[in-house]
Amino acid sequence: MKKYQPSETVDFVVIGSGAGGAVMAKQLASNGFSVVVLEQGPWGAYGHEQDYNKDELINRFPSEEDMLMTDPKRQPNTFRRTASEKAVTGHHSYGCVVGGGTVTYGASSWRHLPWEFQEASLFGTMAGTGVADWPITYDEIEPFYTQAEWEIGNSGPNIKTPLLAAIAQGYPMEPLPLKSSGALFEVAAKKLNLTVVPNVAAIITKPWNGRAACINCGMCSGYGCQVKARSSSAVALLPYAVATGNCEIRAHSYVREISTDAAGKATGVVYFDKKNNNQEVFQKAKVVVLSANGTETPRLLLLSKSARFPHGLANSSGVVGKYLMTGNGGGASGLFSDPLNEYKGCVTGAAILDYVPNDGKGRGWYGGGRMTARGYTSPIAYGLSGVHDAPSWGAGYKKALMEQANRKLYIANFISQMPLETNMVDLDPDVKDAWGLPAMRITTQSHPNDMKGVEFFIEKSVEVLKAAGAHTVWADAPRDATGGAHARGTCRMGNDPRSSVVNKYHRAHDVPNLFIVDGSNMVTGGRNHPTMTISALAFRAAEHLVKAAKSGNVTI
Amino acid sequence: MPAEAVPETVNDSRRNFLLKSFSAGAAAWLAATWPAEVAAAEAAQKMGAFTYFTPEQAREIDAMAAQIYPTTDTPGAREAQVIYFIDLALVTFAADKQPVYARGFGELSQACGGKSFASLSGDEQIRVLTAIEKSAFFKAVRDDTVMGMFASPQHGGNFRKIGWQQIQFDDSLNFRAPFGAYDKA
Repeated sequence: MKKYQPSETVDFVVIGSGAGGAVMAKQLASNGFSVVVLEQGPWGAYGHEQDYNKDELINRFPSEEDMLMTDPKRQPNTFRRTASEKAVTGHHSYGCVVGGGTVTYGASSWRHLPWEFQEASLFGTMAGTGVADWPITYDEIEPFYTQAEWEIGNSGPNIKTPLLAAIAQGYPMEPLPLKSSGALFEVAAKKLNLTVVPNVAAIITKPWNGRAACINCGMCSGYGCQVKARSSSAVALLPYAVATGNCEIRAHSYVREISTDAAGKATGVVYFDKKNNNQEVFQKAKVVVLSANGTETPRLLLLSKSARFPHGLANSSGVVGKYLMTGNGGGASGLFSDPLNEYKGCVTGAAILDYVPNDGKGRGWYGGGRMTARGYTSPIAYGLSGVHDAPSWGAGYKKALMEQANRKLYIANFISQMPLETNMVDLDPDVKDAWGLPAMRITTQSHPNDMKGVEFFIEKSVEVLKAAGAHTVWADAPRDATGGAHARGTCRMGNDPRSSVVNKYHRAHDVPNLFIVDGSNMVTGGRNHPTMTISALAFRAAEHLVKAAKSGNVTI
Repeated sequence: MPAEAVPETVNDSRRNFLLKSFSAGAAAWLAATWPAEVAAAEAAQKMGAFTYFTPEQAREIDAMAAQIYPTTDTPGAREAQVIYFIDLALVTFAADKQPVYARGFGELSQACGGKSFASLSGDEQIRVLTAIEKSAFFKAVRDDTVMGMFASPQHGGNFRKIGWQQIQFDDSLNFRAPFGAYDKA
């Protein structure tokens, strides 16, 4: 791998190696630019993926070097519902390894539908919310969805329905197996006149670019993929960035500040180098690309305040960290007579799409969502908390555990969430991380409209399970979101610098050589499942950035 | 399952540990029903004493685990050798739970009126556990027992994959559809 000196002014420093950062690194390096990627997490099994473990116990209690997610001890976060509350210990976590969240994610890769970029115009907005059109249309991003699907390697159904974005070229390969959950969805769909499609996933189902097809091991979400079938950034993008000879990845590099000069331009970043006793390093760069995810990106901007940027970097609008959408869910479980064996195969199964569209008049709430089939997967998780209607120990527990094993279908819903100015990421005034920096504080309370959506989907899940033949059904209690890896909206994209953080090409309105490319840019959240859109946004941002940089001017 | 109060020594074999917790009849039944498990336990005896627990503590936790995941018409925590999983856990990934266990032995003894939990009758044991089931100690032993049933056998429990067999978990980690009863063509 190419090595750069921190004192060397590289063309681009990219903060974060996940869905957004890896695309940027690969596209920039492929076009001849010098790139340093800083990843706060460890290497994981980058380049020797066969060493990822499939041991549930080890996965629950990883050593520091084997962690694939954030360590709550070193990186605590706090949580509160509203600004009037004192925040308590939070449980927000996200992928933290070379490749970011894509190393362990469920790999659902739905495109936004065309109208999901213009919901305010098409369906109106709602007073007191931040529902707005994106500054880009579906047509502008469509070619980059296709590029992402083919370069990263996605599988999916080539089914024509207005409930799925039309894809001219189709998906590169067949979808994952339907599983028993999908077959049961089809039984219900026939009775209820619903549309079922197999999962669209960044998981390959045939050999692809030197990687093996999925073997349906089932130890999927939360685990690294041993056969490289999951098209994570770490196998589908970063190796190509490195192979150009222009890109250096530095793991264990925890960025604490994006530095700026008197003119307000970014000059580079300061990070703690873990393998060098957490010494501070200043990496000089012509341009900074920030792709640290929907929660760490705004936190880093807020940490990067200076005399010139007293409210945090790129925050003259005051909306950095605001309009956080972590995603709502909820669903129901059904018990069937025969084994589904949902633990085999990718954790995410088929989807029912009929409630994706925004149908405020019909349903009495604004938004929509996607129903997905999920089983109970791994044995320890099942034993600890997967049994319904039973004591937690003793003969009754054991009996229920054995009877319910492999016979359950859980419907998980991925539901829209209103962007609200009051939902935010900021800096906790008291709690510090292991490096002495203010911890992330998350404030989030869903709009009452969204809780109607959650209740709607729980009811619909019960209906689907009954129609599928479940003899016992348990509805989840409606619960509001508290955090999670799908964080979006905190550095929203817009044409007006007074109400957005970046322009339609991802350049910070306030800092000409700072680009922000991750889920934080999303104006509205779609129906959750943001990764495919993050990838497409990044391919689009990279194309414009490459053009601009080649002409010697990144200030598009 | 009534347990006999047989004094343990540090050098007690794993088989003796396993079998002395049962009545003579139950021990014979156990050896007859799961000869492989018992034979393997015997073979494993040279592993020696417990790492974290004293023999007396191990007997108490083993008795708790045997109520939490009981032996019914199928094997339970005792046959799955969950006690060895917990012993190992407490010096490895779950070392931060040591204070909970250390305090817990006092709480348990108090709840048993100063007697050994393992020496109580099955009904008495269930009464004691029901009384303390909200405590941090009970929750720790409950969760550790469940993990010992369902973690990979390499971690000391789930002996001969007893736990996995009971929930019909196939650890092949490589499957071809159809996976279940409903996606069969």
